[in-house]
Amino acid sequence: MSDTPTETEDAPDAPDAPEAAVEEEVAAVESDPAREAVLAQLTSAFGEAVLASHIAKGDLWVRVANDKWADIVGFCKETLGFRFFSFLAGLDWLNNTNLSGEKLWDADAEATEPLPMVAGYAGGDTRFQVMCRLHNVETNIGITLKVDLADEAPSVPTITEVFAGADWHERETWEMYGFLFDGHAGLRHLYLPGAFEGFPLRKDFPLLAREIKPWPGLVDKEPMPGEDADEDEEVPAE
Amino acid sequence: MLALSFPVETAIKIGVIMGVIPLGSLIFVYVFLFKMMSHMQSRLGPMEAGPHGVLQPVVEALKFLQKEDIFPERADRLVFGLAPFVVLVSTFMLYAVVPAGPSLVVEDLNTGIFFAMAISSVSVIGVLMAGWASANKFALIGGLRAAGQLIAYELPLILAVVGVVIQAGSLSLQDIVHAQADGSIFGVSAIGNPFILTQLVGFLIFMVAAQAELTQPPFDMPVAESELVAGYMTEYTGFRFLFFFIGEFGTAFAFAALGATLFLGGWYIPGVEGTLANVLGPIALGGKIMALGFIIFWVRFTYPRLREDQLQKFAWKVLIPISLVNIVVTAIIKVAV
Amino acid sequence: MTVVDQVSDWQKSAYIAGQAADARVNVELEAEGMTLNIGPQHPATHGTLRIVVRLDGEQVLWADPVPGYMHRGYEKLCEVRKYPQVTTLVNRIDWLGSFANEVPFILAAEQLMGIEAPPRAQYIRTVLFEMARLANITLFLGDMGVQLGAITPVFYAFRDREHVLNLIESATGGRFHPNFDRVGGLKDDLPKGWIAEAKEVMKRVRDFCDQMDTLLVGNDIFQTRTRGIGVVPSAVALDYGLSGANLRASGVDWDARRDDTTIAMAWKHADWKVWTHPDGDSFSRYWVRLQETRESTKIIDQLLDDLPAGPIMTKVPRIIKVPEGEAYVQTENPLGVMGYYVVSKGDLGPFRVKIRSASFNNISIAPWVLRGVYVPDVITILASLYFILGDIDR
Repeated sequence: MSDTPTETEDAPDAPDAPEAAVEEEVAAVESDPAREAVLAQLTSAFGEAVLASHIAKGDLWVRVANDKWADIVGFCKETLGFRFFSFLAGLDWLNNTNLSGEKLWDADAEATEPLPMVAGYAGGDTRFQVMCRLHNVETNIGITLKVDLADEAPSVPTITEVFAGADWHERETWEMYGFLFDGHAGLRHLYLPGAFEGFPLRKDFPLLAREIKPWPGLVDKEPMPGEDADEDEEVPAE
Repeated sequence: MLALSFPVETAIKIGVIMGVIPLGSLIFVYVFLFKMMSHMQSRLGPMEAGPHGVLQPVVEALKFLQKEDIFPERADRLVFGLAPFVVLVSTFMLYAVVPAGPSLVVEDLNTGIFFAMAISSVSVIGVLMAGWASANKFALIGGLRAAGQLIAYELPLILAVVGVVIQAGSLSLQDIVHAQADGSIFGVSAIGNPFILTQLVGFLIFMVAAQAELTQPPFDMPVAESELVAGYMTEYTGFRFLFFFIGEFGTAFAFAALGATLFLGGWYIPGVEGTLANVLGPIALGGKIMALGFIIFWVRFTYPRLREDQLQKFAWKVLIPISLVNIVVTAIIKVAV
Repeated sequence: MTVVDQVSDWQKSAYIAGQAADARVNVELEAEGMTLNIGPQHPATHGTLRIVVRLDGEQVLWADPVPGYMHRGYEKLCEVRKYPQVTTLVNRIDWLGSFANEVPFILAAEQLMGIEAPPRAQYIRTVLFEMARLANITLFLGDMGVQLGAITPVFYAFRDREHVLNLIESATGGRFHPNFDRVGGLKDDLPKGWIAEAKEVMKRVRDFCDQMDTLLVGNDIFQTRTRGIGVVPSAVALDYGLSGANLRASGVDWDARRDDTTIAMAWKHADWKVWTHPDGDSFSRYWVRLQETRESTKIIDQLLDDLPAGPIMTKVPRIIKVPEGEAYVQTENPLGVMGYYVVSKGDLGPFRVKIRSASFNNISIAPWVLRGVYVPDVITILASLYFILGDIDR
């Protein structure tokens, strides 16, 4: 019986408790020796820098310290065999300030207080995180590495020295979230035009289409001609 | 034949050239580009204009003629405007020496084939003018590629023809046809001696080099559609583009005519002499032109294109040595036998 | 110098002025090269991709792809959609094999809910997935010819692809954007007579592959244009995240259909082979895709033979709420490995969706692989890497 290899998150928020219960349930039902071995190797090589982890449903999440990001990614590639670079992306855990609760689906609903900010698997202390997905093509194990970024001036070391393909991914994450990648040769816009201001994928960046016009996709708000106002959304019956 | 005064005769000759080339290119466009290509690609091609789309080439020509005449802003107007005419002139003049019957030839020069080869080189200048004057980088690349390619493939073309000249003993195209008509194969003179039999190597080199001279695939780097959009012709619209188009297909017609004359016996039909040959000769020549055109365009639709350096290597390292060997062998056999 | 000593002063200064003028012209002519924009409107890019290249004559000094002309902001849009509404959006990422785009997202949602589609739905999903692969890759097989100048094979490709699209339409209602997947299964069962017709179409597609074998693969000029062009070693391919046939053509034996056994699809129930090629050049990428097309037809045949009876949907609530959690599901889409990283907060719609699209990684290698090649080879290499703009730009 594995000794709950998942050190549960250090964040003191209450919503972790059900997750911990689920974890223990999952760990009791199926242990995952391959991924646990990977995690053990990481912890033994980097000790304190491996902040948290989560193994569930045949997948592995590991959260690491910001300053050791590039080293750990390099270790995963060289020693653990995760040579396939899948993607690198940003995460913003702030709940939508403009579109929260019922207002997300119903333009006429009352605006509610946004929910408290809670990070996902393997926890998180900050609003911003960067995640990187790697894959081992020989053993068919994937790993999701996460790292916390500071709220003011979020930055993280670049991994383009380790994976050349991260160049475009870091450029895209920078332009969409505003994260700085220390050591990247040239962070410039990938998708957006040169003079664009703001960071679109952040949760506080408004979705202009919704600002201008209420969401037309709620069929039950606008009955089709000739039908009554009680239409369901497109959830199929049997 | 008829003793006409010089001005009348000249007018008739000019009329023939001005009429034959466009007519020939229209026929080529319809039969090969519209119908043969379409059927080979399992589709029908134009069917609306006229029965089975016979009038489509005419309609297309009219469409081009009524378009706006656009000059790119930074183009060199004089050179830009002249380039299609230069190409077209060389196409028209090519047909001046091809005989269509024993006395049906616009001008039977005794340096016939030499004149034809020389005048076909003039089109290179036109292409370069088009590429440069367009003020467009794609056009410039296309023009430079064309210059390199056309010059490189002039040589195998001429060397292939030299073999025929040696065998016929004359540069004049009328004499070459007579040499084939009066010749015999191992003593059997039933069909004369079409040089394709003895000059097979030369014929193949001629067809390959002609394909390159026409910038048709597999040698269409200058007009590589998937790279350069339309190469040196990119900035041309309206009637100037029409001239380039007529130039392309008219030159194909003229080269097919040259090939038919040099290798297949031209207007000669075995057993037909005198004035009957003057009537049936053009028809026979027409049939042989269509056969060669079929081969040219069949290869065009099937093969991918060679890259520029592969194309040059092929010309310089493969075609020219083979054609030189062909000349030597022909000369030895001509003198010895 | 003796010649210069004997000439007059005026001639000397004229000579020096001439030399200076020549030097100036030479400097201008030897400037670093010509900058050329391939795109965004260009016959060779599959959509509005712009590649800025710096040329020295015909050789590329550097190349810089500029994507984003078709960026539609899918990741932000998915955050304000309910789960069933997301499939309508993601159909349009890779619009040639569009059924295949819905599948990883639906599987991720099902994984988070802890449900699985019934076996019949899994089989039909896999069959439609493979048909999306056929629709996508047959176009590639013809299109690579067009990029190289052979204009005829693409007509055969479109002709035979029509039959596959007709099949997809008769099953799902849409040729290009089926929107057929639902969380927990599929929208509808197959129509009557579909299986027999599908078998016929598979024969046609196999005939088409044989035609491509003769027309293109066996053609000397095609081989000269593609062998040894754009070689990507396997280490570099893994570094950049190249996937699909591009990776297998570099010798890496990895296919997410065969190797990811936990996924709820039916590939493990068919007997099929993964094709690799050691060379890593443009020819091997074409060749691998040709073999994979044939293999897909065999998979479809086998799965349709063993199609289990049963329901098309599991029991799901009318309003779909996916419990809290994160899931990443990747599948072997026609263009490569496509994955969806779905973060759910227990709401009606996802909190964050990261779309890992194959062409994004496939084209990120362009600056590396296009250094020092000729302009025609740029077209060949891009054609062989095969991308769809919607996949790059999302």
